[in-house]
Amino acid sequence: MEETTLNNNINVKLTEKFGEKVTAVSEPYGLLTFVTYKDVIVNVLSHLKEELKFNFLTDITAVHYPGKDHGIAVVYHLHNMVEKVRIRIKVFISEQNPTIPTATTVWKGANWMERETYDLFGVKFEGHPDLRRILNMDDLGVHPMLKQYPLEDPNRVDKKDEFFGR
Amino acid sequence: MFINMSEINIVDAPPGIEGSGFFATSIDKVIGLARSNSLWPLPFATSCCGIEFMATMGSHYDLGRFGAERLSFSPRQADVLMVMGTIAKKMAPVLKQVYIQMAEPRWVMAVGACASSGGIFDTYSVLQGIDEVIPVDVYVPGCPPRPEAILDGFQRIQDLVKNESGRRRNSDYYKELLGQYGIK
Amino acid sequence: MNHNHPVFTDNDPQSELVTLNLGPTHPATHGVFQNVLQLDGERIVSGVSTIGYIHRAFEKIAEHRPFYQITPLTDRLNYCSSPINNMGWHMTVEKLLNIQMPKRVDYLRVIIMELSRIADHIICNTIIGQDTGATTTFLYLFQFREHIYEIFEEVCGARLTTNIGRIGGFERDFNDIAFAKIDKFLKEFPKALKEFENLLTRNRIFIDRTAGVAEVTQEKALEYSWTGPLLRATGVDYDVRISDPYSSYQDFDFEVPVGTSGDIYDRYLVRNEEMWQSVRIIEQAVVKLKTEPKGIFHADVPEFYLPPKQEVYNNMEALIYHFKIVMGEIDAPKAEVYHAVEGGNGELGFYLINDGGRTPYRLHFRRPSFINYQMFAPMSEGMLLSDAIINMSSMNIIAGELDA
Repeated sequence: MEETTLNNNINVKLTEKFGEKVTAVSEPYGLLTFVTYKDVIVNVLSHLKEELKFNFLTDITAVHYPGKDHGIAVVYHLHNMVEKVRIRIKVFISEQNPTIPTATTVWKGANWMERETYDLFGVKFEGHPDLRRILNMDDLGVHPMLKQYPLEDPNRVDKKDEFFGR
Repeated sequence: MFINMSEINIVDAPPGIEGSGFFATSIDKVIGLARSNSLWPLPFATSCCGIEFMATMGSHYDLGRFGAERLSFSPRQADVLMVMGTIAKKMAPVLKQVYIQMAEPRWVMAVGACASSGGIFDTYSVLQGIDEVIPVDVYVPGCPPRPEAILDGFQRIQDLVKNESGRRRNSDYYKELLGQYGIK
Repeated sequence: MNHNHPVFTDNDPQSELVTLNLGPTHPATHGVFQNVLQLDGERIVSGVSTIGYIHRAFEKIAEHRPFYQITPLTDRLNYCSSPINNMGWHMTVEKLLNIQMPKRVDYLRVIIMELSRIADHIICNTIIGQDTGATTTFLYLFQFREHIYEIFEEVCGARLTTNIGRIGGFERDFNDIAFAKIDKFLKEFPKALKEFENLLTRNRIFIDRTAGVAEVTQEKALEYSWTGPLLRATGVDYDVRISDPYSSYQDFDFEVPVGTSGDIYDRYLVRNEEMWQSVRIIEQAVVKLKTEPKGIFHADVPEFYLPPKQEVYNNMEALIYHFKIVMGEIDAPKAEVYHAVEGGNGELGFYLINDGGRTPYRLHFRRPSFINYQMFAPMSEGMLLSDAIINMSSMNIIAGELDA
């Protein structure tokens, strides 16, 4: 109950400041989640960091929804250690032009998190100091976590289909 | 704790002709005996199998009693390349470079399922077995293999070393084997 | 500063920078990651980190496996303390499915998690000792890792990559041998830990090498999203077990050790004290277990926890549940959940999005080693090379967790 009133307060404060740029507010499993847009995301993050005391960036990642209009969702998890509240922010960007401003101006720790998201999903973070691949090889060519790419290496010659039940 | 010297096992001498002050046998056997009981491993530990290797090096399952007390991290001074853990495609050129830098005679032991065949990771980024880039002598299956299994694999390497002919490394067969991997 | 373009320290034409490749294979088995350092004599001018040498694509694999098949994958994240990863994953799925765990299962889980935390900290502290030159401590304490392995073997059959427990509890109850081993461990480990402390904590050489080296302020640590013993050594008392308690940690009475300056000596002391606190927690758990009704080792959720084989062969409902669970056709809500546990290195988070299919739609691991390691290259500027090596070993970077 206390969690929901805390979440309510944050919700109210955010809609005061950002109006209709903060949408789709929900609370799955007690964690306040909302959707915002890429043109205000840096302002939202710094507002949350400075005013609402969400001083810790837990994680940045992405989810791919093929077929949807804006098919890649960049997801930020923040944490307010003092009041013990977590929050999740989603920004939907299009697959054809997956750009979003970087969060490294707000937290330096976003550096590698954004590089990983770029490597796996192809999300280009504008203003990132060093946006290059981090986990895969530089010449991989594709962004492997997108749903259209297979899990297994398609160039394997030694897998006989009849042994694998295909 | 008084240890009776007769309880301690020393390696058997190879078959040969013995007399007072001399012992005649074939040179391959003597060299094989000396090499197999003083192998210097290069632990190429990448992941979980590396932790089991650390347990094998510890006091409980001591690898040092087989002669492998001195680990060599420099390939030039190592005899056995023990590849323990998953090798990703990004790591494969590094592995090949380390193997090429080792001086003959050299042996390779693939410890664990990931080094032997890619293990449970049948993905785009994992090399499906190190025998795609270097020739392997002994495979130790397991995920991770128990220290006893790693010791067993090491003893198989010792058997290979003991029985190896001195001419093998210069033979055409061996050159052709390395040629398949692109190693001169 | 752009790490691809190092800066000369001064305009002296005599000074030349040496490029040192602290390459993917380097001694002391820390794991595969590379640092290309520019050195001016012994001092590091700049460094570029390269990781990904063991990228096994866990997140992609997880999209093709049912929930119970993802547990062996989570083993291989932080393989020095795999039970914590397993339990964290099971708790995430239980949060998604809204399963309440009985207290006895929670206490058993706490025992296993604290044992694996001790195992992880043993590795880290002994490796710090070994890198400063004290190899003996490594050999002394690794014996106790063998004892912990024996306890894990008694419960689940495996030593290192345990795949312990199931969604809904454990696969079998802890038998008397396991409890006897736990009691034996609780008697013998404190003595060995005291001996270890006597060797290192007030050792002049160790203090000279580690105190005052690689100090980190609280603001910088929070900027870079540090968690775990590294953050606690700087002075911030953030521990997921206290902040978002899971698995009945709120019933236990323990302290969270906090350092002051964030240097390597503080990190060593924080981890050491955490081992003492883990022993305390395990002792309390063993006492609490005696008051709980015996024999409960899983939650009473037949839709999500495999029924016993006898019932599967004789009872129609149990057969249907068994089939549905193994095929992955369980009725999980279509929702997203984030759950964090306190791993050996910090906050290990699981972000799971479920869309009603057999496998997760998206599973993301928030890996503490990955996020902690990004500060290594900026932090090592201006440090001596040998200090940077000990700094790296005190950050306890596990390669499996770094790359996933």
